[in-house]
Amino acid sequence: MSGLVARGVAKAYGATVALAGVDFEVRAGEVHALLGENGAGKSTLVKILAGAVRPDGGTLTLDGAPYAPKDPAAARAAGVRLVSQERALCPHMTVEENVLLGGEPTRLGVLRREEARAIAARALLAIDPSGAKKHRLRPDALVRDLGPGERQLVEIARAITEPRCRLLLLDEPTSSLGADDVEALFSVVTRLREAGLAVVYISHHLDEIRRIADRFTVIRDGRTAGTGRVAEATPADIVTMMAGRSIEELYPRSPRVPGDVVLSTRDLAGAGLPVRASFELRRGEVLGIAGLVGSGRTELLRAIFGLERVRRGEVRVGAYVGPASPAARLAQGVGLLSEDRGGEGLALGLTIADNVTLSRLFGLGPLGFVAPSRMRVAAARFIEKLGIVCAGPDAPTSSLSGGNQQKVALARLLYHDVDVLLLDEPTRGVDVGARAAIYALIDRLACESNKAVLVVSSSAEELVGIADRIAVMHKGELGPARPVGELDVRAVMLEQAGAS
Amino acid sequence: MKYLRKYPFLGPLVAVVVVYVIFAIVAGGSFTRAENLTTMAGQTVVVGIAASGMTLVILLGGIDLSVGSNVALSTVVCALCLREGAPAILAVAAAMASGLVAGLLNGALVTTLRITPFIVTLGTMRALRGLAKGLAEEQKIDAPASGIEALVAPLPPGYGWALFPPGVWIMLATSALVAAMLVYTRGGRHIVAIGSNEATARLCGVRVERVKWLVYGLAGLFAGLAGVMEFSTLTVGDPTDSIGLELEVIAAVVIGGGSLAGGEGSVAGALFGALLMTVIRTGSTYLGIENWVQDIVTGGIVVTAVALDRARRAGEARR
Repeated sequence: MSGLVARGVAKAYGATVALAGVDFEVRAGEVHALLGENGAGKSTLVKILAGAVRPDGGTLTLDGAPYAPKDPAAARAAGVRLVSQERALCPHMTVEENVLLGGEPTRLGVLRREEARAIAARALLAIDPSGAKKHRLRPDALVRDLGPGERQLVEIARAITEPRCRLLLLDEPTSSLGADDVEALFSVVTRLREAGLAVVYISHHLDEIRRIADRFTVIRDGRTAGTGRVAEATPADIVTMMAGRSIEELYPRSPRVPGDVVLSTRDLAGAGLPVRASFELRRGEVLGIAGLVGSGRTELLRAIFGLERVRRGEVRVGAYVGPASPAARLAQGVGLLSEDRGGEGLALGLTIADNVTLSRLFGLGPLGFVAPSRMRVAAARFIEKLGIVCAGPDAPTSSLSGGNQQKVALARLLYHDVDVLLLDEPTRGVDVGARAAIYALIDRLACESNKAVLVVSSSAEELVGIADRIAVMHKGELGPARPVGELDVRAVMLEQAGAS
Repeated sequence: MKYLRKYPFLGPLVAVVVVYVIFAIVAGGSFTRAENLTTMAGQTVVVGIAASGMTLVILLGGIDLSVGSNVALSTVVCALCLREGAPAILAVAAAMASGLVAGLLNGALVTTLRITPFIVTLGTMRALRGLAKGLAEEQKIDAPASGIEALVAPLPPGYGWALFPPGVWIMLATSALVAAMLVYTRGGRHIVAIGSNEATARLCGVRVERVKWLVYGLAGLFAGLAGVMEFSTLTVGDPTDSIGLELEVIAAVVIGGGSLAGGEGSVAGALFGALLMTVIRTGSTYLGIENWVQDIVTGGIVVTAVALDRARRAGEARR
């Protein structure tokens, strides 16, 4: 059979089992959706296919021949190309240079510019044959000037310049794209399929899968949970395969009694985004903010927390009015959970104890000194309370899984004992078990501890599951907050796309 | 603005011209004599040549602090060879080879031990200095006249047609070669790619370690050549020479548009950066401005250059 077949592929990182035996098959001329919750093992499988990670066990065959790439270069030589989620481009170089990177045509080490130009032009043409697109990719444009959609296309162009390219791996290709760019991407993928390429398409969006994929495979907890034709499966079937549990179990909800308003904004505008945002957040409730990536949700939280400039409008925290620095906000009892856990939210090189106590180091020893033993005791309390799986408070944060890292970031807010929690994508890159734990924690915070929780999320389903009210952000404008009883996932999605 | 972006060396070029004109107006006739131009070009040679190598290293996202020691070692090797009766060409080759070997050592340490280049070259900075002192037995080494002195000395009468001493032409030639390599060869593009995004370069099959190794080797080779030029000025081998030179070289690259984060830098820009510092030094001397003022001015220019570059970027990003 032509295509790729994986049998019993396994991989463990130390004690963490990422893949426990996955079977997977993608044929030439088909788009095969690879589905699963965050942390289910999709990324590991893709990295194995792309030669970036070597499996501990199992077999791979490509077009009938054994396939065991020892590095990305070997995978590439075998015709397997990965377009990864983190934009793997060199921002300082041009489109053409990026497309050719690593495969430049040369004579005695000197670039053959004519040939290079021709190869790049061919690849760009294959992606956009109409040539009628309003912003056609120019080969000499610098990549740092391009938008996310264009960057994505540059990466695909790079993948298909390889004449032997047989298998294209697209890892969440639409995660940072707008609606126009998604359409452009779909037409490219369709053309590649018609050209006989095997395409593995990873996505969380079932609607995308239904449009673009022929077959699907679901991975759960490192194992193949199911496979089939997309046309023959309902979304509910697929969701059940992915979650392994029903939606009610995932989102616990205790009765909540909203109290006083503790945080409100009026016509808040940032330097760029948001354009206008007004809302009220009460004690004992969870307010969800929905919206597409780039709609200004994150900027709203950052402006409230003092990480970005407030250009206009008012922020009121309890009795305090006006903008404030992050330090002042923390003193007022407001805490922010960053969406960028690795880059901003946590100091990954430091220990769990360091990270938990970072925002409040006083009271951990005499005379303002910080006693490491007291830090450990403080951290140990939250390790137990949140069920953080780790070797102890002294374990480096980088050794934890995504879900446990997120719990550490949350533990910092709890240790600081903030009253208002601003949570930006609290379950991004978090496996389903930890997600359930985080949802339960949010529920407890609102219900038992009487905290006010503001949650920003890209997942409408998640917001409908955990929030009491939801407001939708669209192009920087925040809509009115409505009780979840009046909304469903579909309504939120329509509104965030600007369709209502 | 558009041109500045396409040709990043235009900024430092304009700065050189402006500073030169200011000194010309203030200091008057003696500063603008043709001989003075030639002299300033000659004084730029050592930093200029070393800056070519440093540009590659900084483009790669690395740093080389061992340049000053490497230059001193090279003057010692050169002088020792001459003292032992070797012909000039062999002494030059030996001096450059010592630089190359030191550079390859840097590269090997960076790639195999995976220690950050700052630390590796901080170590080799001391080690090479020690080696130079040991070879020279802690003293200056006198060498017989060999013709090497003529490399950066003012042109003898009758050779005015050459415009500049040979050393200046060698500097221009090496810079042109390195600049061409960056644009026209695969290896050159790979250097920029690694500095811009190392993970991506690796993913695309670029042999990152090998490229790094070669780049540090090249930087060492250029340091060796710069050492030959330094020897040409000193006419002795001096193991305590060129202390702090590495910072001047890095300053030249940074003024020339180099980013210590990698991915950005220009050989021509670095050359103008080096020239700018010479013009300031010479002009200040003409005006009788004291040395400590020159240091403050040069330091201010480094920071200003980077600040201007950032401001320009921010302006572009807003549009």
